[in-house]
Amino acid sequence: MLRLPAFSFHSPETVTEAARILAQDPGNTRVVAGGTDLWPNMKRRHQGAKTIVSLRSIPEMNGICVDDKGGVVIGATTTLDTIIRNETMQEKYPTLVKAITSISSPVLRNAGTIGGNLCLDTRCTYYNQNEEWRRSISYCMKAEGDVCWVAPSSPRCWAVSSGDSVPMLCALGAEISLHSADGERVLPLAELFNDDGMDYLSKRPDEILTRVRIPAPSGERTGYWKLRRRGSIDYGVLSVAAAAWCSGETTDRIELWLGSVGSTPVRCDASIDHLTGKPLTAETIAEAAAMARKGDGANPLGNTDFAPQWRGKMIEKYVEAVLREVAGLPVERLAPHHG
Amino acid sequence: MEQQDHSAMEHQQVFKKLSVNGEPHSVGFSVHHSLLEVLREQMQLTGTKHGCELGECGTCTVLIDGQPVLSCLELAVECEGREITTVEGMMIGNDLHPLQEAFADLGAAQCGYCTPGILMTAKALLEENPAPTRDEVVSALAGNLCRCTGYHKILEGIDWAAAKMRGDEDFRPPREAIYGDPLPGEEPSDA
Ligand SMILES: Cc1cc2nc3c(=O)[nH]c(=O)nc-3n(C[C@H](O)[C@H](O)[C@H](O)COP(=O)(O)OP(=O)(O)OC[C@H]3O[C@@H](n4cnc5c(N)ncnc54)[C@H](O)[C@@H]3O)c2cc1C
Ligand code: SF4
Ligand code: FES
Ligand code: FES
Repeated sequence: MLRLPAFSFHSPETVTEAARILAQDPGNTRVVAGGTDLWPNMKRRHQGAKTIVSLRSIPEMNGICVDDKGGVVIGATTTLDTIIRNETMQEKYPTLVKAITSISSPVLRNAGTIGGNLCLDTRCTYYNQNEEWRRSISYCMKAEGDVCWVAPSSPRCWAVSSGDSVPMLCALGAEISLHSADGERVLPLAELFNDDGMDYLSKRPDEILTRVRIPAPSGERTGYWKLRRRGSIDYGVLSVAAAAWCSGETTDRIELWLGSVGSTPVRCDASIDHLTGKPLTAETIAEAAAMARKGDGANPLGNTDFAPQWRGKMIEKYVEAVLREVAGLPVERLAPHHG
Repeated sequence: MEQQDHSAMEHQQVFKKLSVNGEPHSVGFSVHHSLLEVLREQMQLTGTKHGCELGECGTCTVLIDGQPVLSCLELAVECEGREITTVEGMMIGNDLHPLQEAFADLGAAQCGYCTPGILMTAKALLEENPAPTRDEVVSALAGNLCRCTGYHKILEGIDWAAAKMRGDEDFRPPREAIYGDPLPGEEPSDA
């Protein structure tokens, strides 16, 4: 049996109490929600904790409600399955629901939460392995070792940001609330992430993500595609999320985000600049897609499934397909099916 | 956070009442033990299998309050006050559950290792949706791997069990799917 290491366990009933426990020894304490990321990582011994604080018994962190501006607030421990089945979510953010449906598998989505998805550990072929496997290569920089096996001369870790709700939530302009014993702060979701495979979250270890707020829909057209080997269970090797606000033919505003291509979600700045103020035509879209492939941060390396060169090419193909879908143009590629 | 070895750490023990297959059980275990470990090792309910133990295969699926959940990624300590159903609790009195019957009749279990998890997932599906389409069955089972059957027999087994549970007596599984004896009321085939 692959067993968890021993820890002491707390199951507080309020955020205040959870924050108080966390503040006692933040370096050796971890919070858990669904456990679908943390438990496998602890079983393989690349993450550890002396103390575990479960967030599941905190009613104020669970649930979906509409705010006074017509946006939606989702408690961080709301399960992915609850979000997918929620009628308000289906009606207001159908493409986000599609993105969340592409996460893991139905049985994992019954436990996995939205907060856990946003705080997901970064991933790498040399890291997401059991202890014996990693010992045989003398570990790597992200846990216990010194070298990055993906880029041995690199001073940093390139593990991949893989949370599949992230690109779409960033495109929609979501905000998150972080709660600690010192109080609460609200920040744009995009600011939660650092471009560093080891120090991938800007939140402090003593901060708890309590909720996600998505602004009210305002006429955006959206698209999301995810690339992976199988239609279920596998993590993505690329996800593309787009939201466009158009008046007539003109694109007033557009957001285009990539996931699983770097240590942080990547905003395609050049493509966005190129499309803003222009119509979404086959030509402008093809140009924007070529820019996305060359964009900063979109740098597939040899640390996920599939060859990096091919994943690089697929950025262009998938961005083009998603933007064509958003523009209502015929999509020439076969859309991925997620079971 | 650096990975630390806490193997020397004292185990925090708890004594909890778990409700499994409709019966209350008082069980003592360590707080870091998964529901899978407690079911198999403390309660001797070994019907629930352990495969990857990392959430990737689905064989450890049990129902918690009617919902399929991976017992390898669930702490037993968090299951107090919730109704746990395992494959041992599937029979209805002395009769096999229609899913179990259909799986046996159609050879939907080969090595059988994935079977408990698939039965639990299928049970939850049919309780929510008595007449699922083939696509709905495939989607519901998308977290349960089978290395033997190629899935067809499993899908046919679920279709047939669903029909039996709906009382649809006209439903017949494809002739080539039938394993062993002919179905009640059917002519034996010459083949
Ligand atoms: C086989 C398998 C396949 C998977 N495939 C995918 C996939 O395709 N796409 C994908 O995106 N994910 C995938 N996942 C990961 C996971 O199921 C989801 O990302 C899920 O949403 C994680 O949520 P959780 O509640 O289970 O996280 P947990 O494991 O509970 O937590 C994950 C991390 O976030 C921290 N955390 C959790 N909640 C909070 C909070 N409220 N505040 C602060 N920190 C917090 C934890 O300390 C931990 O470090 C997969 C997992 C498995 C096992
Ligand atoms: S990118 Fe390098 S340092 Fe980071 S996990 Fe992979 S091998 Fe380790
Ligand atoms: S043993 Fe739980 S999913 Fe494989
Ligand atoms: S019958 Fe062998 S794994 Fe499914």
